[in-house]
Amino acid sequence: MTAADAVTAFSLRQVQQIRGDDVHTLRDVDLDIPRGEVVALVGPSGAGKTSLIRLLNRLDSPASGSITYDGSLIETIPVRELRRRVAFVFQAPAMFPGTVAENLAVARDLARAAPNAGAIKIPEPDEALHLAGVDPAFASRDAQSLSGGERQRVSIARALMTGPETLLLDEPTSALDPDVADHIIATVRMLAASMQLTVVMVTHRLEEARAVSTRTVFMEAARVIEAGPTETMFTAPTNERARNFLLRGK
Amino acid sequence: MMLVAPQTASSSVLALSWLDLAFAGALVIVAMAISAWQRLGLARGFAIGAVRAVVQLVAVGYVLTYLIATRRWYLVLLTLLVMLVAATKTATDRQKRGRAKLFVISGTAMLIGAGVTLAYVDVIVLRLHPWYDPQYLIPLFGMIIGNAMNGAALAADRLNSEMELRRGEVEAYLALGASPARASAEAVRRALVAAIMPTLNMLMVVGLVSLPGMMTGQIIGGSSPLTAVRYQIVVVFMLAGAVAMTSVVVALWYRGTFFTAAEQLVSR
Repeated sequence: MTAADAVTAFSLRQVQQIRGDDVHTLRDVDLDIPRGEVVALVGPSGAGKTSLIRLLNRLDSPASGSITYDGSLIETIPVRELRRRVAFVFQAPAMFPGTVAENLAVARDLARAAPNAGAIKIPEPDEALHLAGVDPAFASRDAQSLSGGERQRVSIARALMTGPETLLLDEPTSALDPDVADHIIATVRMLAASMQLTVVMVTHRLEEARAVSTRTVFMEAARVIEAGPTETMFTAPTNERARNFLLRGK
Repeated sequence: MMLVAPQTASSSVLALSWLDLAFAGALVIVAMAISAWQRLGLARGFAIGAVRAVVQLVAVGYVLTYLIATRRWYLVLLTLLVMLVAATKTATDRQKRGRAKLFVISGTAMLIGAGVTLAYVDVIVLRLHPWYDPQYLIPLFGMIIGNAMNGAALAADRLNSEMELRRGEVEAYLALGASPARASAEAVRRALVAAIMPTLNMLMVVGLVSLPGMMTGQIIGGSSPLTAVRYQIVVVFMLAGAVAMTSVVVALWYRGTFFTAAEQLVSR
């Protein structure tokens, strides 16, 4: 599927974001994220990757510009509905008080309380744990006692409990050991394929972006410099800065 | 209810002369000496504090004498209002965040919490005639507002630190589509416990560990201890209600200032 014939999930036009101290965290961002694709946001620290992904389920709002989801301006979608449909997995996810099962129940109850709850496909907790690569025996564990990798998987399972269409991941592996990180990435790839999720993932590991994504977006200094199919971006990017970063790692 | 008769009381009270007060002042000098000896840097503070205490208390003594003598409802209400504003200012002055908004929040919360409590005690419990009797209303409101003030300050301060500490957790709730109320429920709960707990502790130990000031005063003033105790029971129940009401209004209203209209956390 190419970008041209895909349905667009997110479409950003002329998006600007400015921090309190008048520094642009995003500048003139134009970007389309096609439905069903796995999109990696890459670039040096401070490029604006996390700022951008946080706009997509309205954890933050842009200073100007427009963002649409499924053709609707995101401000016109009730914010709780948007967040249920567009799940967010944090870099260092906070566990809620209680067990793993109770953490999943929080998300399930929120989805069940949605106005259109009947139309949402809410997975069983065991199924969500299985999809996220967590042993179902973990359900009774105290969520606060989990290791970093386990927390990340539980937070993915928790996000799946709202029956989302899109999964946003903000550097999900940056705090993890390389082999734990590899397992998380394999899980994300499997999820995208088996659940037809649209995935947008911020990562600073280029091999990770290349392994998991179908499209890659290169950002630098608050701008989107170049975006395209991952294979093209990692073999023949047209922009010189993108070439330096993606091919030579600098 | 039997009211305390000042005439009979005064006969059994030792009158204090200014010289007696000067002797009492020696105890502040002890505190200043300890401060100088241990280099606490508090000696100057004690000197200023002692002078302030004398000036403030003497002034309030004259004000109360005037209010009790004139018995004008509008002067009584004006006094209560001044007390409310002073308490609100004290409760919000040392808060770290959103002080102007918090002044309105705390002031309204205390008006509700302390006002409802005072009106209830006035009309239902003591059945005062006239309803604005300054001899009762002002001391009672002083105790209510002092405790409500601590409740308001504790609720705001603790909510602020809980929201800071739980920022990740609150945002994780929001990101799943939770309402701000759901996302901050644990922070609000902890803030309320922190605000109300001192009042509960006071109920537990009153009469055992501490003899409350009002009761002590009544007993020294010549009232029967059993009358003093009845008043004190009214007072501690009153404080429980006032602190709980004030704290819950502060916590639930102040909570709203941590979120935007789009249900995002306000940036630090």
